[in-house]
Amino acid sequence: MELLRFATAGSVDDGKSTLIGRLLYDTKSILEDQLQAVERTSKARGDEYVNLALLLDGLKAEREQGITIDVAYRYFSTTKRKFIIADTPGHLQYTRNMVTGASTADLALILVDARKGVLEQTRRHAFIASLLRVPHLVLCINKMDLVGFDQAVFDGIREEFRQFSMKLDVADLTFIPISALGGDNVVSRSDKMPWYQGPTLLHHLENVHIASDRNLIHVRFPVQSVIRPMSAKYHDYRAYAGQVLGGVLRPGDEVMAMPSGFTTRIRSLELAGKPLAEAFPPMSVNVSLAEELDISRGDMLCRPGNPPLVGQDLDAMVCWLSESTTLQPGARLALKHTTRSARAMVKQLHYRLDVNTLHRDEGSAQLKLNEIGRVTLRTTVPLFFDEYRRNRHTGSFILIDEATNATVGAGMINGPAV
Amino acid sequence: MSYELSHLEALEAESIFIIREVVAELDKPVLLFSGGKDSAVMLHLAVKAFAPAPLPFPLMHVDTGHNFPEVLQYRDARVAELGARLIVASVQEAIDAGRVAEEKGPRASRNRAQTVPLLEAIEKHQFNAVFGGARRDEEKARAKERVFSFRDEFGQWDPKNQRPELWNLYNARHRRGEHLRVFPLSNWTELDIWQYIDQEKVALPSIYFSHRREVFRRDGMLMAWSPYLQMLPGEEVSTAEVRFRTVGDMTCTACVESTAVSVEQVINEIRASRVTERGASRADDKFSETAMEDRKREGYF
Repeated sequence: MELLRFATAGSVDDGKSTLIGRLLYDTKSILEDQLQAVERTSKARGDEYVNLALLLDGLKAEREQGITIDVAYRYFSTTKRKFIIADTPGHLQYTRNMVTGASTADLALILVDARKGVLEQTRRHAFIASLLRVPHLVLCINKMDLVGFDQAVFDGIREEFRQFSMKLDVADLTFIPISALGGDNVVSRSDKMPWYQGPTLLHHLENVHIASDRNLIHVRFPVQSVIRPMSAKYHDYRAYAGQVLGGVLRPGDEVMAMPSGFTTRIRSLELAGKPLAEAFPPMSVNVSLAEELDISRGDMLCRPGNPPLVGQDLDAMVCWLSESTTLQPGARLALKHTTRSARAMVKQLHYRLDVNTLHRDEGSAQLKLNEIGRVTLRTTVPLFFDEYRRNRHTGSFILIDEATNATVGAGMINGPAV
Repeated sequence: MSYELSHLEALEAESIFIIREVVAELDKPVLLFSGGKDSAVMLHLAVKAFAPAPLPFPLMHVDTGHNFPEVLQYRDARVAELGARLIVASVQEAIDAGRVAEEKGPRASRNRAQTVPLLEAIEKHQFNAVFGGARRDEEKARAKERVFSFRDEFGQWDPKNQRPELWNLYNARHRRGEHLRVFPLSNWTELDIWQYIDQEKVALPSIYFSHRREVFRRDGMLMAWSPYLQMLPGEEVSTAEVRFRTVGDMTCTACVESTAVSVEQVINEIRASRVTERGASRADDKFSETAMEDRKREGYF
């Protein structure tokens, strides 16, 4: 059984909570005591119907204010796949949360109200999904029951979104007409839209091909730590612990260690004493090498003919996540990239991007909370990186405020700064 | 070759990455080990993460003094087998020293009282990373907690001021006196845990499987009779075939009627169950909608 992570975006009005509630309910993932708790709370609040959104609002402040503040993670499974939903609130001020949810998602699900069509918010969510390079995008045209299950409405929205999405980088785009309230095309096929021949939402989630989304070409193994047992029994044991972020490693393969550039061969791959014939993303393994090289945390193993980019000057898109501070040229921040930590200075803010219109504001002097911009950074030590579009893990970094230790920025590398 | 991982392989890879990341970035970690199934799985993953080297951190049990004897036996056997160091933070000692007030009455539980000795032990040993076995599917406040969850110098959790967590880049930075709670099982569900126990043959305390026990009904739950619980008028002890879905303090952990004697049979029961594990077996979460959030804010697990 494979694991699929998807992020949902939309506001309360789109019926997002109803849709998630429907997916959980129809796959028997909501259990009786959870439903009873929601019923009790709905009743106490004086709601006229059982409010499935309460199932998703976890924190006190959210219940009091009837809003979703934070990313909530939900779990369900079918016989085919296990699913992790990163449920993110849709309002403008929560761009931060959608960026967070999308960073680990294989698929983004965006809801559109069939009566309202493509809104500013729809474009914003689609843009963020494409910026974070979520490999699969699904547009659910919801509330089809309120437009008489009319094919023309669906076709119109699809066409309008297609036009817009040509400006984005979306590899795989799917449109599904649904009614979350009635369950049409969510888990079971709707008999009210015979003109729609495509899959139901659940069928799509169960079958969309995600195995080839990972980069299996460029070997990238950032070293997390060195395992040396220091015992008589394992006197000579020395292995590099880490998670494979790209490519396929096999015993006997020639590898190059960054930054030294020395090459050797993989002697063995294993985890907890179990030898492995190969290792690929996202496996966590121990790599032993034929020769002893001086390698430590933050270094990277790759194939000799296929190294990552190396440098201290980065051209990147940054989403600013802090409420209390702004990103400005000259700012000094801590940076974490793969298993490497460094300090970084913001050399230049090229432009701020309007996430609604994709307009570039080149006169911008700073990035505030939820704003996205293109920057040049200089780091204190060289990083071993790839363009984010080639590898989401070796192409991403976070920025940390050294005074408060808060995570204040999320970065996606365009390439070396020129 | 398809290069596909099963969901258990993917979850294991993520958890091992998290555990290794903590040890690489924080010099004083400790792993909370209650002897329950989640902490048993977490310990199993931690051992795998560093093998063949020994576990690079001690274990800690917050002992309410109201334990199931089978669980203590299991805890000690596991600790001995690994040659690990076990720190016991005792609720009884905290009560005896007057640092915690004992709840009174038939519904008294030491569940909430665990927070004080836990925070005291963290301070005394200067731990800066505390591994916990909590899962996001357990409870709605936990569904919103980070994998690396920051605690201030009072051990408090501030749910509205959490660090965004992106990709697999975890921020372990903190000041002296502050610490991180780290939850490597965040993305696991109850069913995943049992499937993994089955796959890896993880040993568990015997009370997770069907056995005969003296029980009584309270608030719709089946409580184990013990000298630590006062009976209410009308409550009657009887004998039943039961197993536990969660294992905590004897005063707030209920059992379910079951005939499952193997992991496979437990998995089949869970698949058919219509009630969550906390709903079936935790009296402590029934007080209010936000009981867990309230405890967590104070520094609870």
